[in-house]
Amino acid sequence: MEQDINIKIIDREGQAHEVLAPTDMAMNLMEVVRSYELAPEGTIGICGGMAMCASCQCYVLSNHELPAMQDEEEAMLSEAFFVKDNSRLGCQIHITAALEGLEVELAPAE
Amino acid sequence: MIQTDILIIGAGPTGLFAVFEAGLLKLKCHLIDALPQAGGQCSEIYPKKPIYDIPAFPEILAGDLTKNLLEQCKQFEPGFTLGERAETLEKQEDGSFIVTTNKGTQHQAPVVAIAGGLGSFEPRKPLIPNIASFEDKGVAYFIKDPEVYRDQRVVIAGGGDSALDWSIFLSDVAKKVTLIHRRNEFRGALDSVEKVQELKNKGKIDLITPAEVINVVGHDKVEAVVITQSQHIEKEFELECDHFIPLFGLSPKLGPIANWGLDIEKNAIKVNNALDYQTNIPGVFAIGDVNTYPGKLKLILCGFHEATLMCQSAYQIINPGKRYVLKYTTVSGVDGFDGTRKEAPKAVVKAIN
Repeated sequence: MEQDINIKIIDREGQAHEVLAPTDMAMNLMEVVRSYELAPEGTIGICGGMAMCASCQCYVLSNHELPAMQDEEEAMLSEAFFVKDNSRLGCQIHITAALEGLEVELAPAE
Repeated sequence: MIQTDILIIGAGPTGLFAVFEAGLLKLKCHLIDALPQAGGQCSEIYPKKPIYDIPAFPEILAGDLTKNLLEQCKQFEPGFTLGERAETLEKQEDGSFIVTTNKGTQHQAPVVAIAGGLGSFEPRKPLIPNIASFEDKGVAYFIKDPEVYRDQRVVIAGGGDSALDWSIFLSDVAKKVTLIHRRNEFRGALDSVEKVQELKNKGKIDLITPAEVINVVGHDKVEAVVITQSQHIEKEFELECDHFIPLFGLSPKLGPIANWGLDIEKNAIKVNNALDYQTNIPGVFAIGDVNTYPGKLKLILCGFHEATLMCQSAYQIINPGKRYVLKYTTVSGVDGFDGTRKEAPKAVVKAIN
């Protein structure tokens, strides 16, 4: 489908997955990971996508320009574990056409 | 030993609504929850956030939903064991179950309904290699009794409400309170942030930011923590203290339920969704977010439905062969165990001359 974009997601075991994500379903990266079951249920998206847990933390590997972090995401990441400079919360990254070719790696489960 | 008809594990929305539905069938309920208050995620994670998909509520705050559910079921006088985690499930010869908590409280019931959501909320522990060996020896993840800290030197780590609120509270109790956070910004309620600022200015709270505790030092008990601070230049130093309290919030873990012999798939309990949400152990049900079946949706409204069907099946187990027909509350009213009765007003019969 033309609205779909390609994303590469490296799971917590180091396995890479090339997946298609729709841009017209108001999905975020955390939801894409869940829809392909790339991390066990109950270990990702625990708060449902409110930036109130860090279970969807990922490291952004490609050079895409991502939407700026809001206060809630920044505050949550400041209390998360395994945080790196390229850490983001997947639930705060909305799937848009600009993210074609995005590459991310899931952070370890806490 | 606490005795009841349906023992509900988890006092979130699904568990609370089960109390109401059970009450209509004259079944008594008792709830166990690891959190100190009812409401589950709704009160622990997002009490101030709105929910838009509760039928007939165009918008309701999660905290208000909990309040309403408690109000709706209160005439059925549910019992609560709060702040304790259900640890073991043992089947008895008479077919009933005994559930024991981590604090040793025992509960007996012919039916157990697990409404455990994503599991019990456990403190998030910082990744400090030796921290486990100092637990209960100066390291604590909860503050149970503030008096423990009287005239002691306390280090608190974290940037949310609990870190702020306890720093404020303990500044009046402890000899010294040091608050450490990875950033200069805190995400607590505004008045808590302002209060900490005020106490810092008065010298009642020492604030170290942006910094992190990376090690705990001591023989048999906490004597100091090692802090790394990255203001201007990175430096590492030891801070003497008697207690270290990391407050990084809670995260849910399925926990001991996973060892009860239940069929588990994708961190959830498999149930018979064609009938009554019973698990592979007869008499043990799983309702709400904790269960799974083909097509499962983790929605509060689905939990309400599952709770309702579970109660019908529980009635059959508790009252074998006894007749029962579904009644509408509008028709038959609601008779509480506390003697109260709610009913529709009688129609007025009066002649028009």
